[in-house]
Amino acid sequence: MKVYAFKQADLEKWVKSWTSTHKVYRAATQKSETCGAHAGWTEMTDGTMPPCGPAKSSVKTFYFPQPETMATFSAKKEDPDGLLMENQETPEEKQIVFGVRPCDGRSVELNNLPYVDDPFYQANRERTILVGFSCTEQKATCFCTQTGGSPYGTEGLDVALSQVGDVFLAEIITDKAAELVDNGDGLTEASESEIAELTSLRQAVEENPGHDESLKAKEMTALHGAPFWDKVAESCLNCGACTFLCPTCYCFDIQDEVVRGQGKRIRYWDSCMFPLYTLHTTGHNPRGKKVQRVRNRFMHKLKYFPDRFGPFSCVGCGRCIQECPVNIDIREVMVDLLAVK
Amino acid sequence: MPTINETITQEIRAKAKELLESKEVAAFLGFCQGSLPMTTRPFVARSPEEADKLVWNSFCVLNPANYLPELLKSLEPPRGPRDPAPEGPLPKAALLATGCWSRNIAIQIKENQLDRDRVVIVGIASRGMVDQRKIRARFPDQEILKVEEQDHKLKVSGQNFEEEINRWDMVRGNCLTCLHPDPVMLDVRIGAAGQERKNDTPFQQVDEIKNKSTDERWQWFQDEFASCIRCYACRNACPLCYCDTCFVDDSKPQWVGKSIDPVDTGLFHILRAYHCAGRCTDCGACESVCPMDINMRILTKKLSMDVLALYGSEAGMDPEAPLPLSTYKTDDPQDFILSESGAAKEGI
Amino acid sequence: MISYLPYPVRIDDITLETEDGNLKTFKLVLENENDRQAWSHVPGQFAMLSLAGKGEIPIGIASSPTEEGHLLFTVNRAGVVTTALHQMHVGDRMGVRGPLGNGFPLSSDLKGKNIVIIAGGFAFTTLRATLLYLLANRSDYGKITVIYGARTPGMLLYQDELKEWAERDDLDLHVTIDREADGWEGLVGFVPTIAGEVAPSPENSAALICGPPIMIKFTMPPLEKIGWTDDQVYLSLENRMKCGVGLCGRCNVGPFYVCNDGPVLTRAQVLKLPLEY
Repeated sequence: MKVYAFKQADLEKWVKSWTSTHKVYRAATQKSETCGAHAGWTEMTDGTMPPCGPAKSSVKTFYFPQPETMATFSAKKEDPDGLLMENQETPEEKQIVFGVRPCDGRSVELNNLPYVDDPFYQANRERTILVGFSCTEQKATCFCTQTGGSPYGTEGLDVALSQVGDVFLAEIITDKAAELVDNGDGLTEASESEIAELTSLRQAVEENPGHDESLKAKEMTALHGAPFWDKVAESCLNCGACTFLCPTCYCFDIQDEVVRGQGKRIRYWDSCMFPLYTLHTTGHNPRGKKVQRVRNRFMHKLKYFPDRFGPFSCVGCGRCIQECPVNIDIREVMVDLLAVK
Repeated sequence: MPTINETITQEIRAKAKELLESKEVAAFLGFCQGSLPMTTRPFVARSPEEADKLVWNSFCVLNPANYLPELLKSLEPPRGPRDPAPEGPLPKAALLATGCWSRNIAIQIKENQLDRDRVVIVGIASRGMVDQRKIRARFPDQEILKVEEQDHKLKVSGQNFEEEINRWDMVRGNCLTCLHPDPVMLDVRIGAAGQERKNDTPFQQVDEIKNKSTDERWQWFQDEFASCIRCYACRNACPLCYCDTCFVDDSKPQWVGKSIDPVDTGLFHILRAYHCAGRCTDCGACESVCPMDINMRILTKKLSMDVLALYGSEAGMDPEAPLPLSTYKTDDPQDFILSESGAAKEGI
Repeated sequence: MISYLPYPVRIDDITLETEDGNLKTFKLVLENENDRQAWSHVPGQFAMLSLAGKGEIPIGIASSPTEEGHLLFTVNRAGVVTTALHQMHVGDRMGVRGPLGNGFPLSSDLKGKNIVIIAGGFAFTTLRATLLYLLANRSDYGKITVIYGARTPGMLLYQDELKEWAERDDLDLHVTIDREADGWEGLVGFVPTIAGEVAPSPENSAALICGPPIMIKFTMPPLEKIGWTDDQVYLSLENRMKCGVGLCGRCNVGPFYVCNDGPVLTRAQVLKLPLEY
């Protein structure tokens, strides 16, 4: 793996140079900047460094764009092949997402566990170059280390940028990112001491893991039946803010849309917080109560997913804590779950 | 010397304890402290001990009336759909109510969502709730770790800074233009009664947009709602939105597309606002809960302005008065109905 | 890679099954030779029926893999897609995506056993597939008992086949209706009652039960009384689904995804899950 070193101005220049060959996205700093389907993100024209903490909207919009066309069909009566589905070509155009925090990078890997055979997710993964930024500072709502991540983590990233003193180090992690380096012409390789400094920052985090895996040993039914869920759910509005801002919430709904005889089968984000999500046609709803839905969300992230795949389905970005209208705090839920006998 | 809000907090706790201890109410709906600065949580105290968790401060931005019908239902003894209603009075709940919240309660009663006899309204004159977005915007590059409240100042601090700012400058847009901070109906009062406020331009926020050209207005609308993620927090925080199936969720027929296409998103917001016409009390919960900081309240405010101009009515101000948009009068204004000649005149 | 693209199929035949007009069986033929070659299912699996412009719905496959050349789906008219499906005609084209789910373990755990099939109402569909499979591989199984009930004689599915099966001596068939009806000479009584009367001993046996939850609930006590245990009883769960491949969420019952981990599981497994079905 190559590691390059930059002064801030050179780094900005390097990042800006990508914008002439690629679509480069960064987090939007104001509402009106939002571009098209990627709410909270905008196309980048300069090389400005990202602000502290994760962006408001997670990177999942680039992996689960919505709406995502899964198939197309002609809905014209006279069309002999009408109403037969045609495959939607998966997109190939390369895109760069800049300034992603390690938590978001890790979310791409975690979502890949269930989505390893999903053609659309894989195509988007293939075409997206994630340029991450290590966190020298963390917000009060950040808890990545409690979920198995690290502020210096590189999981899911193609390029990891880290500030070490007044130098920025760029680790070129994947072959996908090699095209940004262009043989390294005009770039300065990092010195051994700079790399050693970064390594020691990383190790300092690894030596103090905040990750409690003891939920795995606990009985699912005991956690599910714990009495605290009613209190957690009481103030919940059952809106989708947590699920839609969460980088590791990946549920979707599928709908057919027809406009002037041309039909599309699309998928778009859905939320387990919504009563309609589970409603049967008969009117029966297996999770008709608010507490059942709230519980399902946390149980999925902290118990069902880990039991199946290993890690939590949570990267500790803290978005749900910050943006929950009624301040439901997943860290408190983790504490409550860990206390269950 | 305790602040006004600290005194109110103590009074709320004492009253909640009294009501719960005497079993006059089975639940007391208020707020408790959140886990982050500038947050509170809607909270239900069900025992005198839990009453000590109740707080009152400038960040009580949710509307408790939103929780009331469901809370009352949860207090009823469980029964099947065909079982008869139990005999005797059902358990009561108390809730905190400022001017706008009490007007929502009035509307809920009027719309048969609520039984007045089961509610103890604990009235508080609102001093205006603070918009945490405004505070964050004031300190754009710093993380706010603590906000301490005095009566007219807020002491905001973070890792390397501490600053006192004027509270009123940070008050939410809806509270700034509010004319009726005092509850229109109450059973118990906490704190001092509030004065009606005077404001010559209560709809100034709407006027600013109304006075734009059509193209500018359209641009404003597109920009404002571009980042909507359809989480429906605005709808779900609203005490007026209680339909079993919302029009956006309906599949037979499907009125609105489900993804974040700007047309569908815009349609949702406009229709939601129209459903609130003549009923919205401008409590600001929709705006306060939006994770994407969208100012959808301007739409309902515009409709409040129209309802006031057309019917001379302010939502929920008179608990006895019929609702303007569900009452037909022969002299109802109808100038807004587009006739062919009128449309031609407007160039439509 | 998962494919979300349905196979094109042609509707070859439509049978109105019940007197209330709400249940029709659709005989579908895969249009492409490649798809016909690729298709392989086991009884108990389901598929997504796809109507462009309306959507997809998960429906249990009513045909046995031993019936070659077509697929059968018996569909109750209920929602948007099924209502549209009921309005379609022979010769119309649509899509099928599948097979999905696990199916009954007929070639593994259930092989060599006495099989009891207990069905109520229109939940008989995948059990019809199972029964045909058992009969086609008759020597692999012990005694076969079928208990099938519906509200009225006119609500019974597959009536011609029921008559054929009644003639067979390698199959113990008990068809019942809830209440006395004119012209009905068969059994009268609820499925649980009949099950208690005719179910064989649990030794080397397995029961496959599909029906309304209330029927399943009341069928268990009579079986338990004669010694049946929860791990001998196979059920099939239903939940709302969209993707059918374990990704879209929503069909999970606790950690169990009905679409991928199910729909078939033993009652012993069901009892360990939260009540989210």
